[in-house]
Amino acid sequence: MEWMTLSPEEWTAVRLSLKVAVVATLVSLPFGIAIAMALARGRFWGHTLLNGLVLMPLILPPVVTGYLLLILFGRKGPIGAFLADTFGIVFSFRWTGAALACGVMGFPLLVRAIRLSIEAVDTRLEEAAGTLGANRAWVFATVTLPLMLPGIIAGMILCFAKAMGEFGATITFVSNIPGETQTLPSAIYTFTQVPGGDAGAMRLTLVSIAISMLALTASEVMARLANRRLDVE
Amino acid sequence: MTLSLDIRHRLGDFRLDARFETGGGLVALFGRSGAGKTSLVNIIAGLIRPDEGRVGIDDAVLVDTSRGVFVPRHKRRIGYVFQEGRLFPHLTVRQNLVYGRWFTPQGSRCDDSLDKVVELLGIGGLLERRPGRLSGGEKQRVAIGRALLADPRLLLMDEPLASLDEARKAEILPYIERLRDQARVPIVYVSHSIAEVARLATTIVLLSEGKVAAVGPAAEVMHRLDLFPLTGRAEAGAIIEAEVVGHDERFGLTELRSRAGVWRLPRLDADVGARMRLRVRARDVMIAKSAPSDLSALNVLPGVVADIAAREGPIVEVRLDCGGEALVARVTRYSAERLGLAPGVPVYALIKSVALDRRSLSGPLQGSVGGEASDA
Repeated sequence: MEWMTLSPEEWTAVRLSLKVAVVATLVSLPFGIAIAMALARGRFWGHTLLNGLVLMPLILPPVVTGYLLLILFGRKGPIGAFLADTFGIVFSFRWTGAALACGVMGFPLLVRAIRLSIEAVDTRLEEAAGTLGANRAWVFATVTLPLMLPGIIAGMILCFAKAMGEFGATITFVSNIPGETQTLPSAIYTFTQVPGGDAGAMRLTLVSIAISMLALTASEVMARLANRRLDVE
Repeated sequence: MTLSLDIRHRLGDFRLDARFETGGGLVALFGRSGAGKTSLVNIIAGLIRPDEGRVGIDDAVLVDTSRGVFVPRHKRRIGYVFQEGRLFPHLTVRQNLVYGRWFTPQGSRCDDSLDKVVELLGIGGLLERRPGRLSGGEKQRVAIGRALLADPRLLLMDEPLASLDEARKAEILPYIERLRDQARVPIVYVSHSIAEVARLATTIVLLSEGKVAAVGPAAEVMHRLDLFPLTGRAEAGAIIEAEVVGHDERFGLTELRSRAGVWRLPRLDADVGARMRLRVRARDVMIAKSAPSDLSALNVLPGVVADIAAREGPIVEVRLDCGGEALVARVTRYSAERLGLAPGVPVYALIKSVALDRRSLSGPLQGSVGGEASDA
């Protein structure tokens, strides 16, 4: 079983991938809920435009998304320069950039799942909460949010899985720097490009499969728990 | 409590133009489906913003479009029991019940009220369950409790029994009566069932096509002949307030006294001295010119003709004054002419004991009341 042991470099790639995926999922979550809420409930000018913008990364070739990120969030890009100067947040060739790319690619999946669950929430329950004295924030926290929890969980799992597998946009935006931006898929790709890299590629592939299975199982279990809480007959 | 309302509101083709003022007790908003009852309570609750008008409870102004006042629903302290319950599915019954308490000012809530309400509604055994596992009747009782525990100054009930079968209705009606008599929270009760209204209402607001057709004490509105087309002819009738004066154990009868005279009914499970409300449908009342003998009907009440509704068709409604209490009889025009019925003519009203609608009998909370004998 010697060949099953991961080298320190491979461990680094696995850890980096997990970090990138977790950060990408958690940071996009509040934005995802807010935008899903706006799309599900809001009536405003530009509704269709916003919807299209959110779904865009799902349809565009990942390389195009990565290139657009490079233009917008690069050191000299309009948004990238602003964020670097004002908050000191730098994306280009950093793991944060990888997280941004993964987050953007996972965002449509996150928003869609949450939006569907919001649309399934009975607004009459929110009215009832209002007559009991809860203001809008409390209604959201105590009624809407718990009722859309299954959708939030599903969206987070999808976003996480997408982030773990993201390759095209990441490598275009932040390249493939070991220890900084080399995520699992990038590492596997690198192994397949060098002679004698088969064993490493296989090891990381197995890790990839294991993580995906775990995420899927976790989502199943959580969805079942959430449904039991709602006592669906 | 005084609830005053004067609003105009458009919903598609439907126009609501209502204005009334009522006191405490149970105010029944009564009318056919589509008369605008639910829209009206939604405006009181703050779920609908009226196009124009004013809503106030006592000195508090909830809506005044001319001054741009619109108190949001969560600041109105108006409890709302919806037709479909609307319990929170992710919370237990106990958590549903105390939901409104989180938002009630600390000072005004008393800690024993949960126990009191649970006892009043008989939901002690359900506290740890989730709404998905409750029967329709249980759900509605929990919904009533939840609204009460938010410490409302007014309780709105929108056809709370409409989705329930007769047995479940009979199960809940006594609790609503208890609420009216014990909880001291004024209630606005929406219904299109004359039996429910006759049994529960202190005041009736009769709605028709978005307009208020009549407002007044329940008994007065119920026996107004001109309103019969709106209250529903077949079920229309008078409300009699009576007191239980004794039981005849041998024949299984209960004797009640009202201003109109003595009533005998099949045995009721009520104590002597208990006050009851009888609904006497116009179609169950016969008229005789002289006191009949050898008659099976037990209730024979002397009175005079007070009014005859002038209308086309073979049937007329006659309002009788029996010792200051109004009764309404539905007879053929032929009989009315043959007997020479006219205002001031002395007559006798005859009512079969078994015809009295037991479902609308109100009174103390007891199992047999409103139970088995349906008139249908």
